[in-house]
Amino acid sequence: MMKIGVLSLQGAVSEHMHGIEQAGAQAVEIKRVEQLQEIEGIIIPGGESTTIGHLMRLYGFVEALRDFSAQGKPVFGTCAGLIVIAGEIEGQEQKHLQLMDIIVRRNAFGRQVDSFEVDLTFKGIDQSVKGVFIRAPLISSVGPDVEVLAIHHEQIVAARQGHLLVTSFHPELTDDFQLHNYFVKMVEEMRGKSIQHHV
Amino acid sequence: MSSVVVGTEKVKRGMAEMQKGGVIMDVINAEQAKIAEAAGASAVMALERVPFDIRQAGGVARMADPRIVEEVMKAVSIPVMAKARIGHIVEARILEAMGVDYIDESEVLTPADEVFHLNKREYTVPFVCGAKDLGEALRRIGEGASMIRTKGEPGTGNIVEAVRHQRLIQAQIRKIRGMSREELMTEAKNLQAPYELVLQIHETGKLPVVNFAAGGVATPADAALMMELGSDGVFVGSGIFKSDSPEKFARAIVQATTHYKDYKLIGELSKDLGPAMKGIEISSLDDSQRMQDRGW
Repeated sequence: MMKIGVLSLQGAVSEHMHGIEQAGAQAVEIKRVEQLQEIEGIIIPGGESTTIGHLMRLYGFVEALRDFSAQGKPVFGTCAGLIVIAGEIEGQEQKHLQLMDIIVRRNAFGRQVDSFEVDLTFKGIDQSVKGVFIRAPLISSVGPDVEVLAIHHEQIVAARQGHLLVTSFHPELTDDFQLHNYFVKMVEEMRGKSIQHHV
Repeated sequence: MSSVVVGTEKVKRGMAEMQKGGVIMDVINAEQAKIAEAAGASAVMALERVPFDIRQAGGVARMADPRIVEEVMKAVSIPVMAKARIGHIVEARILEAMGVDYIDESEVLTPADEVFHLNKREYTVPFVCGAKDLGEALRRIGEGASMIRTKGEPGTGNIVEAVRHQRLIQAQIRKIRGMSREELMTEAKNLQAPYELVLQIHETGKLPVVNFAAGGVATPADAALMMELGSDGVFVGSGIFKSDSPEKFARAIVQATTHYKDYKLIGELSKDLGPAMKGIEISSLDDSQRMQDRGW
């Protein structure tokens, strides 16, 4: 059975574990870098990006996840996870993994009282996707290899670059597992590719 | 295009979900807030005094000066919470209007209403409330609280009450889980809790909102203990900035919360921290000094 990890340093881990299982894969809580060897893809959950970033640096996850991604293994970041994956963060010196060619703006929609729900059109998914935005970031610019997947009020809120997937919102807070299905498919696709490399 | 909705149950409860596995620290100014953020706090609680000092000062404890809350909000990018007195509609509305991310309707402050808690469903901002047992937790959720924490005994640096409250809540959840349907209404009556929430716990085996520990956490081991007992995260009030080395305590408590089962690591983190806050034995408190008995 395909194993997908959820980075479990801080944030909404159990919801993503449930989402992965609903999408037919096995979910693994990742607390140590050695565990990355047992999984084929990883989700970096919502939480506080400064906390997750701080703990990633403490425990060697920055290098380990860069290696993981360099092997073509898929990474999916939601909300804080998006910030952690982004190449650049507006107005902030501290960067994290810098995996993806995007610039992100934190708390772009305001504080908690401005948090909202909305139905979104998502490229590659037929039905609309429920977007739960909580003190959410947005993607203010994307590089040439990045495909925009969802837009809200003319702002980019989901994107993909090869094996990397990000959303500003929280698919894990809904009963709609289309995004988890989408990611599991990505892991399947990449699995095919990385095998071809080895042969 | 579909419409945008703010202040839904999902975004209010969801905000607390994002705090899971995290440590929320009490701070009284911008400088402390920055130390907390750099140490890995997932949010800060902006206060005029930490609970230990509220005890020492005596008198009526109220919402913090909005200037302090504003200063903290400007200083950090993580969420900022603030406390309103139990039942104080206007303090809560002021904090909401200022854009505070979460309000703690808190027994640490002197209650403004001894009969009614706030109707938290009416607010766009989410609320966290304290509870000593499951009935109290479900009454607060019934009123619209989006997050629950143990009451513990704030400002004592003594974990015993938080342990009592979390153990009781978990035991009461397990009991409901194992009941037959016929027994649930009587259990709701006994707990003085809304029936629908009791039914929900019977079906899911857990509270419908995030459940943190608070009230007496003073060391990394205390934080890990509360996680072990089933808490989703930890509030630390006086424990950090009343210790001798707040920065070290803050970092150690954050790590102990993430790796609460890694005893070797917690042992390392606990080395040379210097004195924790001086604690208070609960039995030495007069009834009037017991904050956990405020609210119902």
